[in-house]
Amino acid sequence: MKEDSLLEMRGIYKSFPGVKALQNVDFTLRKGEIHALMGENGAGKSTLIKVLTGVHVKDEGDISLQGKGKVNIHSPQDAQKNGISTVYQEITLCPNLSVAENIYIARGKGGLVSWRGMNKKAQKLLDSLGIAVKATQQLASCSIAVQQMVAIARAVDMDCSVLILDEPTSSLDESEVAKLFVLMRQLKERGVGIIFVTHFLDQVYEVCDRITVLRDGQLVGEYEIENLPRIQLVSKMLGKELDDMADIKGEAQPEIDKSSTPVYAAEGLSSSEGIGPYNFEIRAGEVNGFTGLLGSGRSESVRAIFGADKVTGGKVKIDGKDVKITKPRQAMAHGIAYLPEDRKRDGIVGDLSVRDNIILALQVKTGFFKPFSKAKATEFAEEYIKLLDIKTASVNTPIKSLSGGNQQKVILARWLLTHPKYLILDEPTRGIDIGTKTDIQKLVLKLASEGMCVTFISSETDEMLRTCSRLLVMRDRKLVGELTGDQLTQAAVMNTIAGGEKNAE
Amino acid sequence: MPSKNKAVPPKTPLWARITKHQIIIPIAALLALALFNLIADPSFFRIELKENSAGNMILSGNLISIIDSGSELAILALGMTLVTAASGGQDISVGAAIAISGSVMLRVLCGNNSHPTSLQAPIIVALLVACLVSMAFGAFNGALVAFFKIQPMVATLILFTAGRSIAAWINNNELPIVSDETFSYFGNNIPGIPIPTPFLIAIVCFIVTWLFMKFTNISLYVQSVGVNEKTSRLNGLNPEFIKLMTYVLLGLCVAIAAFIKVSRISTINYSVVAKDIEMDAILAVALGGNALSGGKFSMSASVLGAYVIQFLTTTLYKFEVKATALPAYKAVVVIALVVLSAPTVREKLSQLSKKFRKKAPAAKAA
Repeated sequence: MKEDSLLEMRGIYKSFPGVKALQNVDFTLRKGEIHALMGENGAGKSTLIKVLTGVHVKDEGDISLQGKGKVNIHSPQDAQKNGISTVYQEITLCPNLSVAENIYIARGKGGLVSWRGMNKKAQKLLDSLGIAVKATQQLASCSIAVQQMVAIARAVDMDCSVLILDEPTSSLDESEVAKLFVLMRQLKERGVGIIFVTHFLDQVYEVCDRITVLRDGQLVGEYEIENLPRIQLVSKMLGKELDDMADIKGEAQPEIDKSSTPVYAAEGLSSSEGIGPYNFEIRAGEVNGFTGLLGSGRSESVRAIFGADKVTGGKVKIDGKDVKITKPRQAMAHGIAYLPEDRKRDGIVGDLSVRDNIILALQVKTGFFKPFSKAKATEFAEEYIKLLDIKTASVNTPIKSLSGGNQQKVILARWLLTHPKYLILDEPTRGIDIGTKTDIQKLVLKLASEGMCVTFISSETDEMLRTCSRLLVMRDRKLVGELTGDQLTQAAVMNTIAGGEKNAE
Repeated sequence: MPSKNKAVPPKTPLWARITKHQIIIPIAALLALALFNLIADPSFFRIELKENSAGNMILSGNLISIIDSGSELAILALGMTLVTAASGGQDISVGAAIAISGSVMLRVLCGNNSHPTSLQAPIIVALLVACLVSMAFGAFNGALVAFFKIQPMVATLILFTAGRSIAAWINNNELPIVSDETFSYFGNNIPGIPIPTPFLIAIVCFIVTWLFMKFTNISLYVQSVGVNEKTSRLNGLNPEFIKLMTYVLLGLCVAIAAFIKVSRISTINYSVVAKDIEMDAILAVALGGNALSGGKFSMSASVLGAYVIQFLTTTLYKFEVKATALPAYKAVVVIALVVLSAPTVREKLSQLSKKFRKKAPAAKAA
């Protein structure tokens, strides 16, 4: 173990049934540094954190701590005893107790508590950390940022040497983030090592000293922040070297008549999820995409189009006519279809049959008093099962017993059955096998050639480059660029995601 | 036109389809009860044509008493099934709501006079007013559940507590008696028809419900909302409105059940009418194999469940179990039924039967 390192993880392996979540991952945290752990979804960040905090037990590898040598961490309690504390995205404190109680809860030795002493001690701690809150205040009455800082204060008071902050900033506004950063720098000066997990690139570059990048459960590397420009970081996270970023787009896409009236046009659209205001339009036969890192707001933007989140402003035109879309029902009436990102939560109706899942959207469109006969519904279902090659025992099979890819196809069938003018697909290919992926990409291009307009979102950039003729790039919930034609290359996409040439060096 | 002999997927045998369907639970319970009675005392099933006190020929016997007294419960089970499926919870105020609708009905029929010699309003008007009032109370419950996201049992606890006093207040704490003879036809017998009228009313309700489910999308919408509210919303449904609607429909069922109850004895006692019927209605839904947490439902299974409960009650009366001890006996049977119908137990049982079947041919071969 090196002298200045607080924590060393060497050769960590962890697998779950069917998935190798971590393979030979090393991680080193030094005294008094803020270390960013970066990677896209499924890269293994959270698994690594969970191994470190004892939520999961590692299959192989060593964890050593300064002054303690090799340690075995089998439970979150073990981790705490070894000075490893975690502050999660969601507050895990008790909102109905006071700040002081939250800091000292379950830490006393006997059954007796000296309330005055506890409050005094807590106040001293809070003051020393510069957290502007009264120790006796009820936690629920504090802002989320303060609650998070209280959680950090609790960790600090437990003599933690390693502090893990798992997406602490995702529900904070800018000024709150700034306050949190002040606190983080203070802890850093005290010699605490902080592991910072976040999706926000700007924040990484503002506060961190080092970055460790993971991808597909493997270590990509550890870098000092000065030596890793943003564009490099993005390329490492996505796994594309700048050199082999040749344009892989297949056949040329048909020219879109720019003078035609857009099928859908929005001006200054914004939603309660912090999106926008942004402008967007799409014409018949066009396939466009929203891209950006996870959490950049690409899903939220299409949710605003469909009225899935609360729309807070903006003008929308369908075929040149002003319309109002605040509810999914209205969007459907105007011929918009939306395949949501989270299939399990927002897409399938688990207990119902494949048939009912396919006809659902159309039955809502036709209205309450016009149900299809069972024979008609079965006919529709069978037509699309054949068309999309859905593998199911029968139309009566509950959708939840189908594989992920087939579930996705059923939801796709549901929306195709409504014969939409504008189809929005949010991550239609996530978590499904490669064959189905290609099927869906081909289908999208076919639908577009028949005059439908499609918005296609995927975490895989090359997939989007293959299918889309125009890419809108999002960063930190804002539209930051638009790429068309020759600009559609991996390099250009990454450049725009990372924030333009100025950061590329 | 597609040719008629297109490939039909191999049909599962009828027996397998029945045993897989949830309706097997109430059917099995019903058969078990019938078998028990058949062994214990075959005279249980005797049906006679007798003259009643009014001089009409009517059918009588235990079976007739079951389909007669089970009517209110079966009608309530219709609405309770929808409420359960859509909101994943139950309305425990139906008994109290019956008291309210019954009281409203008496008030309209009798006016201010508690013992009028003639009807103060046509029966149909009284029924309609009671329906409207009952549906309004249903809407109140539904609004608490759908818009204020209060747990159904807690939301309906309000009316459960207050309902019977509201009922008493509507008639200034008096118990009016309807003297008109035609009114009593609905809870007893229409002269010349030997079948009890409540059963006929229940049959009409079943048919209307069946038609309603056939000619509207209610079944798909309610199940979809019950299974996955988020998905339903993204498919253009309004989950709040659908939940509200199921409570209003239950209100309608309550009014019809109240109509039968009032007509049976031409009056009601607010504090005891339809007491504990909410628990039986919930039980009927559960016995029908419907998940009390909402989602998929089978209306016919719930209705059968209601008659199973009534069958059980009548059987226990037949064996001279005291009315006060009845709930205890019922509880034992209910525990057995519910445990047997629990998915985990059913899975175990089907595994056992598979093992058994595998062993049988093996033994033959040896």
